[in-house]
Amino acid sequence: MNPDGITAAVGESRPRVEGRLKVTGSAHYVADLPMPNLAHGWMVTATVSHGRIRDIDATDALAMPGVLGVLDHRNARRLNPDVAHHFGPDRSLPMLQHEVIEYAGRPIALVVAETPEQARAAAAALRVTYDAEPHDIEFSMNHPAVRPASTLFGPEADTGDLEAELAASAVVVDEVYHTPEESHSALEPHVATAWWEDGHLHALDSNQGPFGISQVMASLFLIDPERVHIRAEHVGGGFGAKTVCGAQIILAAMAAEHFQRPVRVALTRRQVFLATGSRPPTEQRVRIGADADGRLRAVHHHAAFALSPLAEYIEWCTEQARTLYAAPAIRTELSAVPLNLLPPCSMRGPGAAPGSFAFESAVDEVAERLQIDPLQLRLLNQPVVSPVSGRPFSTRRLVQCFQEGARRFGWAQRDHRPRVRREGNLLVGTGVAAVAFIAGVFPSAATITAEADGTFSVRVGATDIGTGARTALIAVAADALGVGTERIHLHIGDSDIGPAAGAGGSRGTTSCAFAIIETAKALREKLVDPARPVTASVDTTPLINWQPDEERYTYSAVFAEVTVDPATGEVRVRRLLGMFAVGRVINPLLARSQLIGGMIGGLSMALHEESVRDPITGRLVTADFAGYHISAHADVPNVEADFVVDYEPQDPSGFNGLGEIGNAGTAAAIANAVWHATGTRHRTLPISLGRVIEPAAAHDHPGAVSVA
Amino acid sequence: MSDDTRSEIALRVNDETFRLAVDNRRTLLDALREDLNLTGAKKGCDHGQCGACTVLVDGQRVVSCLTLAVAADGAAVTTIEGLADDGELRPIQEAFIRLDGFQCGFCTPGQICSAVGMLAEHAAGWPSAVTRDDSPQRAQELTEEEVRERMSGNLCRCSAYPSIVRAILEASAREAVAG
Repeated sequence: MNPDGITAAVGESRPRVEGRLKVTGSAHYVADLPMPNLAHGWMVTATVSHGRIRDIDATDALAMPGVLGVLDHRNARRLNPDVAHHFGPDRSLPMLQHEVIEYAGRPIALVVAETPEQARAAAAALRVTYDAEPHDIEFSMNHPAVRPASTLFGPEADTGDLEAELAASAVVVDEVYHTPEESHSALEPHVATAWWEDGHLHALDSNQGPFGISQVMASLFLIDPERVHIRAEHVGGGFGAKTVCGAQIILAAMAAEHFQRPVRVALTRRQVFLATGSRPPTEQRVRIGADADGRLRAVHHHAAFALSPLAEYIEWCTEQARTLYAAPAIRTELSAVPLNLLPPCSMRGPGAAPGSFAFESAVDEVAERLQIDPLQLRLLNQPVVSPVSGRPFSTRRLVQCFQEGARRFGWAQRDHRPRVRREGNLLVGTGVAAVAFIAGVFPSAATITAEADGTFSVRVGATDIGTGARTALIAVAADALGVGTERIHLHIGDSDIGPAAGAGGSRGTTSCAFAIIETAKALREKLVDPARPVTASVDTTPLINWQPDEERYTYSAVFAEVTVDPATGEVRVRRLLGMFAVGRVINPLLARSQLIGGMIGGLSMALHEESVRDPITGRLVTADFAGYHISAHADVPNVEADFVVDYEPQDPSGFNGLGEIGNAGTAAAIANAVWHATGTRHRTLPISLGRVIEPAAAHDHPGAVSVA
Repeated sequence: MSDDTRSEIALRVNDETFRLAVDNRRTLLDALREDLNLTGAKKGCDHGQCGACTVLVDGQRVVSCLTLAVAADGAAVTTIEGLADDGELRPIQEAFIRLDGFQCGFCTPGQICSAVGMLAEHAAGWPSAVTRDDSPQRAQELTEEEVRERMSGNLCRCSAYPSIVRAILEASAREAVAG
């Protein structure tokens, strides 16, 4: 109950607080902020996939108008070679340190000039020669260099007697699935402006968590973390690509120090593709054994992904297999294959998006072989407790998602046989898939000051990359302090505020909300003293239970309807519905937008997205939006996302994150719908025209012309 | 820099005339952003593939990253900063906020400028690839399908597409009622 008699803000649909700024062009992103005496850096990237730089001849470039200089491995300052990142040591971060090239796209020089045009022209005039060595970009789970993936996220599952259960099964699906290298493609290219003052590094950087980036930068430059100040007020999307310390800020900071003036490094779209991380390709073998009535006996999911030898990384594809369905035997394996590729980084729904495509396709194949309703198969195998750990779930409303989704979608009328619905030349099909997405919070600190004028200054190191975090956290703070949102002044996006979860792992907003709520509690205790201002700070690190008794997940059921033109191979999604159990929802308007956006990201993954590399050079062929297709307006139907009532008991407010679950599940639902439409199972993404098109003789529609 | 690399141009931007000496390589987008500090139009790809830089030149939508500043000499340019009238939002801007037609907001200035240009094209009877009856006599209905087709040059990676289409259709209906 709110003591001021104000309607609770949490649970209300409210537009974004920065909405007016964003529709008038007044929201300032990093590249929009002017800086006196600014110089411009143009990044130069390696054009070989493996080898050594023989020479960088800058003679012509240095003679060009406006050019201040060129930084490369011969004159750049030394960086800490032992710097680490989320997943462990990361040798991709120390840039311009030596002549060795491990992937095409590796930054090898920075040309600095008075204007971007001058820097760009001079970069084109650099003459770089290499001693190329043989490279290896041929990904396969049977690659000789394959090794177990890092177990940073915990051990893989192995319960029951897998082979015995498979042998006893009435039906066994044993299939291999492929997903390609993909690119995050946030619309704002990575950009940073850096400058030094009195031994302090300042930077405006397009990232997903300035505090975390400041810690990595301090380690990289071997300076006191207190001397690194990074801000990211408005960020034009990230999707994981801006969780890592990017080339733009590293190079801008090096150049600003070298040339003793502020330097901006704005990556081009092409450079974003070449040099800022990707979702790695995966190959996944799934074996599922079931009884004739559809009860699962054995689940085996072995996933492999590519990474760079420069840095550890985990594409945790095997999470669905260990928690979605009950089975007496469950085994998961995760393997990594080091190749001469751009080091991958988490891309929205890391692991879960490609993993659920493989796993939920395989589950659908069990239903196909048993000729039963794939939704009933999923309902039949719901676990009561975690099938691997035996621990209970803190909340699990997946069945409600299935049931409510089925009702709205009209699933009961579905004829489960494939290729029996036609509309003119089009084949029509529907599909379903489920997701369990791991949830939790990361440590974060907040500070709240009760000001003399009755307002509250709330400081937390969150970032709003489009998630709605700013709007959501204001609502959380208002309710926690028992005042209207107009009395909350929220400050985010600044590493000086202190430790905070970045916008990643579906945990940014829940983590920062937790910190705000705990700080508000501490402040209210101090408010008995009428003196103002009064400040309270809380760091949630000691409050987080890392070994809870219950497993914490969010859930979704996604339903898709597609049409397929077998003559052209064109797949179009006609309907998309997601039902979500994601805890108590802070702002339904914004949450729904985020989930719908995620589902469209999944649609894009299912049908469009594929990074292609030239096997001869190893270079990325699809380094622009003409080559790398992401969904556009015309690809996207009405997409519906809604919530089942849910409350997360492990969170003091019942919240859970929902930033990524929309992406996962959608690709499998669409792939399953394409099977239902055509009778052909697509086990490789994207389900693009060339993979779907059928010979004319197979169209078997009245207008088909048979070819002898 | 010698004179043959720069040109004097006049740009009328948001009803104000500016005289600029620009590098001949400077795009209209960079001239707006770097010379005039109008940073609403965004550089999302610099290739005309994403639409984030869309502005109106003499009333028609163009990707300003593929327009050289010298080629816009003498033209009237309207950017996102010039759309609101004396601080009063246009119905389309208001609809974007209320219906949540954006998330990160980076593509939003381009989406809105593009929508304004698109609605004018539609009102002038221009057909699109999905227009079934493109005879000049027939008033075209602005359907969801038409909006999606006509707005497909503006990418939104957050994928606010359904809300954007809704906002455009609603604003279009309101402006039509208002005459």
